Amino acid sequence: MPEGAPTARPRVASRLATTLLALLLAALAGCGGSADDGILHRGIGPEPATLDPQVANTTQAFTPLRDLFEGLVAFSADGELVPAAAAGHEVSADYLVYTFTLREDGRWSNGEPVTAEDFVYSLRRLVDPATAAFYAKHLGAIENADEIVAGRLPPAELGVRALADGRLEIRLAYPQAYFLQLLAMPGAYPLHRASVEQHGRDFTRPGLLVSNGAYRLADRQLGSWIELERNPHYRDAADVAIERVRHHVTAEESAELYRYRAGELHVTQNVPPEAIAQLRAERPDELRIARFLGTYFYGFNLETAKLGEQPTLRRALSMAIDRETLTDKVIGRGELPAWGWVPPGVINYEPRRFNYADMPRDERHATARRLYREAGYGPDNPLEIEIRYNTAETHEQIALAVQAMWRDVLGFEATLVNEEFRVLVSNILEGSNTEIWRLSWNGDYPDATSFLSIFESADPSNLTGYANASFDALMKSAAQQTDPERRRLFLEEAEKTMLEDHPVIPLYFAVSKHLVSPRVAGWRDNVLDIHYSRDLRLRDPNDDN
Amino acid sequence: MQKTGAIRFALFRLLAAVPTLLLVIAIAFTMVRLAPGGPFDDERRLPPEIRDNVERYYHLDEPLPVQFGRYLAGLARGDLGPSYRYRDRDVDELIAATLPATLALGLLAMLLALAVGMPAGIAAALHHGGLRDRLLSGIAISGISLPVFVFAPVLVLFFAVWGGWLPASFSGSSGPARYLLPVVALALPQVAYIMRLMRASMLEVLASDYVRTARAQGLPTRRIVTRHALKPALLPLLSYMGPAIAGVLTGSVVVEQIFGVPGLGRLFVTGAENRDYTLVLGIVIFYAALVIVLNLLVDILYGFLDPRIRQR
Amino acid sequence: MMAVIAMLLQRFVESRVVRVTTLLLLLTAAVALIGPWLSPHSYRAADFDARLLPPAFENFRLFGTDSLGRDLFVRTMSGTRVTLAVALVASLVSLVIGVVYGAVAGYLGGRIDSLMMRLVDALYALPFIFFVILLMVTFERNFLLIFVAIGAINWLDMARIVRGQTLALKEREFVAAARLTGVSTPRIIARHITPNLLGVVVVYLTLTVPQAILIESFLSFLGLGVQEPRTSLGALVENGVAHMEQAPWVLLLPAAMLAFILYCFNFLGDGLRDLIDPREPDE
Repeated sequence: MPEGAPTARPRVASRLATTLLALLLAALAGCGGSADDGILHRGIGPEPATLDPQVANTTQAFTPLRDLFEGLVAFSADGELVPAAAAGHEVSADYLVYTFTLREDGRWSNGEPVTAEDFVYSLRRLVDPATAAFYAKHLGAIENADEIVAGRLPPAELGVRALADGRLEIRLAYPQAYFLQLLAMPGAYPLHRASVEQHGRDFTRPGLLVSNGAYRLADRQLGSWIELERNPHYRDAADVAIERVRHHVTAEESAELYRYRAGELHVTQNVPPEAIAQLRAERPDELRIARFLGTYFYGFNLETAKLGEQPTLRRALSMAIDRETLTDKVIGRGELPAWGWVPPGVINYEPRRFNYADMPRDERHATARRLYREAGYGPDNPLEIEIRYNTAETHEQIALAVQAMWRDVLGFEATLVNEEFRVLVSNILEGSNTEIWRLSWNGDYPDATSFLSIFESADPSNLTGYANASFDALMKSAAQQTDPERRRLFLEEAEKTMLEDHPVIPLYFAVSKHLVSPRVAGWRDNVLDIHYSRDLRLRDPNDDN
Repeated sequence: MQKTGAIRFALFRLLAAVPTLLLVIAIAFTMVRLAPGGPFDDERRLPPEIRDNVERYYHLDEPLPVQFGRYLAGLARGDLGPSYRYRDRDVDELIAATLPATLALGLLAMLLALAVGMPAGIAAALHHGGLRDRLLSGIAISGISLPVFVFAPVLVLFFAVWGGWLPASFSGSSGPARYLLPVVALALPQVAYIMRLMRASMLEVLASDYVRTARAQGLPTRRIVTRHALKPALLPLLSYMGPAIAGVLTGSVVVEQIFGVPGLGRLFVTGAENRDYTLVLGIVIFYAALVIVLNLLVDILYGFLDPRIRQR
Repeated sequence: MMAVIAMLLQRFVESRVVRVTTLLLLLTAAVALIGPWLSPHSYRAADFDARLLPPAFENFRLFGTDSLGRDLFVRTMSGTRVTLAVALVASLVSLVIGVVYGAVAGYLGGRIDSLMMRLVDALYALPFIFFVILLMVTFERNFLLIFVAIGAINWLDMARIVRGQTLALKEREFVAAARLTGVSTPRIIARHITPNLLGVVVVYLTLTVPQAILIESFLSFLGLGVQEPRTSLGALVENGVAHMEQAPWVLLLPAAMLAFILYCFNFLGDGLRDLIDPREPDE
C-alpha cells in the first residue's frame, strides 16, 4: 500500500475548496448574465425539432425560421398580409392561376439571386413523400399536390413552374380564398437547391444553411440557443435594426420568467399562468396579453351512445357552464368567454354564437335542467361521465370549475381523469375509452376554415367523430365560392349548424402571453402571434431614463 | 501477477456486461413501444398518406421484431439511429451535444461534495457526540431534508433574480459563473450523504481493535486517522461512489430543467414525453454502459484498497 | 436474535434523541391521520372565491388555501399520509430484499457471491430513474407502482452495502469460532451476521426512508406522481414552488412538514446508529 496516498486526500480536498471559493468570488465580481450586449434575446420555448422549413411543424421552430427565410408573402408587425420575396402577383379570373413577380433584389445569404426555380424546388420538396413533411398537405390546393403526397404522381407534376427567373406560376386545383395566407407559412419558403443537394440532411447547420430572410444562421447550440446575424444580402438589410438575435431554448415557463427577470431575455415565449397577477401589478407595461387564434374546448366522443345519440344532453351540458365565470374568476388572464367556436379575429368572418349566449343566467340554467331531465337523467339517475385532461394546473382548475357547475346546475358529479399529454391525445385519437376531453385548437391561418374544417366528416383532425351531411355540404359550397361575401355566408351558416349539434363545448378564446422588455421597440400585438425580429429595435440602455 | 489479474477481471466484467446491455435494450425497447401515444400523435391528426410517408421514413411500417433487429444491427455498428423528433440529428450526436454539460456539472458537484463531505464526516466522527458533531450533522441533514426542486428555484430567485449576482440560467450565459448554482444544487444532497457515510464508517474504524491499540500506544489522533483509519473508512464511501456518480448524472434532470442546462437528463425527459423512441433507447443504453464502467472502476479500486477482497 | 432485539429496544427507550424523534414521528402520523377529521374542509373541494388565502384561525383555515381554493391543512395532512405510506412500504421492500440478498452473497462468497453480485451489477446498469419515468409514462399511473418502483430502486444499494459488511464480518473471530464449532450456515447468517449488520442496515435504512420520500417528490416534480386530487407532500411542495412569491405559505407549510419528517428520520437514524453499534459494547 502506498503510504502517502491517504494523507494526500484531504489536501486535494482543501485545494479544491479553495479553487471553488475563488470561482465563486470571480463569479460574483463578474456579475450575472446581462442582456446589454447588443443582441436581441428571445425565448422560443422547447428545442426546435428542425430548422428545415418544409419539415418544421412547431411554433418554436417557426419563430427563428421567420427570421431566416422569406416566403412570397409575409405578415406585417400588425399581422397584415404583405408582399415579401414577391413584389406582386396576378390572379386569373377563375382564381386558379397565381403568377408572382419576384423582387429583383432578392438575394440568398451567399449573395446569389433568389429565383423562381428556388420556389419550385422547395414546393416540390414539401409534397415529395420522401421528405415526409408533416405539413405536406398544407398547400393541397395546388394542382396534383394530394396525388404527389399519396405517391401516385412524381413531385415534378406539381402545378408550379418558373416562367422566367423572376416569374413563378402556381396553378390551383380549386379556388382557395386564403391561399395567399398559406404561402406565408414556413412550408412555402424557398430553398437554395445547390446547398440542400450538396449537404443533404445537414443543410440546416450553421455555416451550411443558405437562407433568404433578414437574418442568417450564425451559430446553434443544441438545447441552448440559435444565433442569427443580419443577412447583409437581404433586400432590406439597411432597415434591419438589430444586428444579432439569439433565440433561446426555454423549455420551462417558470425558468423562462426567472431569466427574463434576471435580465437575460428581452422577450419571453410565454408567461406562467400563476405569475400573471403579480406581473400585472409589477410590470404592467411589459406584460403583453393579446387575443390569439385559439379556442379552448371540451370535446365529446360522439362514438359513444351516451353522448353521440344525445344532442339534448350535450346541449344541457353546454348551457350549464358559465363561460364568464371561467374567464373572469377561474383563470382571469384576459381570455374571452367562448359562446361559439370560431374566435374573433379571423378575416372576413362574423363568428356565430349559441342561441342561448345572451340568455339570462337563471333562465339558461333552468333550460339546461329541463333538457337534462328530458335526456332521461335526474336526481335518482344522475349522469355518470368522465372529463379527461392533460396534467397541468390550468386544466385542473377548469375541470374542477366545470365539475362544480354541473354539480350545482344539473346535480351530477363528473369524474376527473388527468393524464400525460401524449396519452390523452392517443386516447382521443383512438376514441375507445374517452367521453369528454379537453383540447385547444389553434388556427394555422386567419380564416374560418382553419377552425371549421375539423368538423367535416372526412377531415383527419375530426376528433369528435362529428358527421353532419348538411354541414359538409355547406363547407363544400363555401369552398367552391370565389365571391368572398357569399363564401362568408356559407361558412357562417356552417358554424351555426355545427354549434346547434354541440359536438364540442367551446369554453374560452385563447390569448398569447409574452413579456417584452422596455428596451424592445416595435413589438405589436397581433392575433397571429407572429413577431419578426426585423420589425423590432433595441433601445439604447442609456435611454431608459 | 496482480496486474494481469486486474486486467483479466476487468475484461471478464466487460464481457459479462454484454448480456446486461442486451437485457437493458430489450426491456427499454419494449417499454418505449408499450407507452401509449406515438411520436407523431398530436391534436392535429396526420392525414393517413402523410402518416404513411413519415412511418416509412423511419421504418415504423415494418413489424416490431424487424424493427428491433434493425435497431440491434445499427447498434452493432455503433449507430444509435436518427432521432424521431429532431429529424436532422442522430441520437449519438444529440448525446454527444448534451453530455459535456451533464458530465461537467456532475463531476464538479461530486468533487465539491467530496471536498466538503469527507472532512466534515471525519471531523464529526472525531468529535463523536460533541457539539461539533451535532452541528455538522445538523447542517448535513438540512441538505437532504428538502427536494432539489425546492431549493434550486429559491437559489435562482435569490442570487439571480433579486440579487443579480449570478446568471439565472446555464445556457443563457457563458463563463464559469453559470456553473455555480447548478453545481451547488447538485452537490448539496451528496454532501450530506457523503458526510454521513464517512462519519459512520470512520466511527466504526475508530472503534476497531487496531485503532484502539494504536490509541493505547499514544499515537496522536491526526496520525491515527491519516495512517490507519482513513483507508479502511473509505471503503463504504467507495462502494457508494459508483451509484452516487450515476445518481448525480440522472439526478441532474431536475437541476437541468430549473437552470436551463442543455444536458442529458433533460434530453431524456423530453424524449420520453415526445415518444422519441430512438432517443430514449439511446440514452438508456448509453447510461447503462456508463454505469457498468463506473462500477467496474469502483470494484477495481475496492480490490486495491481492501486486501481481503483481492485474495479471491 | 430476539435477545439482541430486546436489548436494542431497551436501549432505544433510554436514548433521548431516539425517544424524541420517534415520538415526534408518531405524533406527526397521528395528526396526519386525525387532522382531516377535525377540519370542516375536504381535501378536494375547490372554492374559486377562496384561492390562496393566507393561514387564519377563522373558519379553520389553519394553513390557508391553495391556488384552487382547496384547504391546505387538510391537503397537507392527507399528503403526509401518502408520503409516509409510500416511504415506509418502499423502504421495507428494499430492506428485506437487500439484507437477505446481501448477507447471503457476502457470507457464501466465492462463485455464488460473484454470480449474485453480477446480477446486482446488471440491475444497477438499468437506469432506474429513467425506467421509473418510462414506467409512469407507460402504464396508467398507479399508486401501487410507485411503491414497487421505489422499493426496487433501493434494494440494490442495500444489498451491496450489506454484502460489503458481511465480507468484513465473516473474517471476524466470533464468526470463525461459530463456524469451527459446527454451526450451520443459515444459522450463522441469522444469529451472528444479521444482528451485527443492524448498525449499518439501520444507518442505511435511515438514508432509504428519506430517499424514498425524495424520489416520490421527484416523480411529482415531473408530474408523474400521485393522481390529483389526491396528493403527497412532494406534489404539494412542487405546486408551492410555482406560487412561492405570491403566496409563500403554499410552499412553506408543506415544505416545512416534509423537511420536518425528513429531519426526524435522519436524526432518528443518527441516534440509532450511536446506540446499536455492536463494536462499541462498553460505551
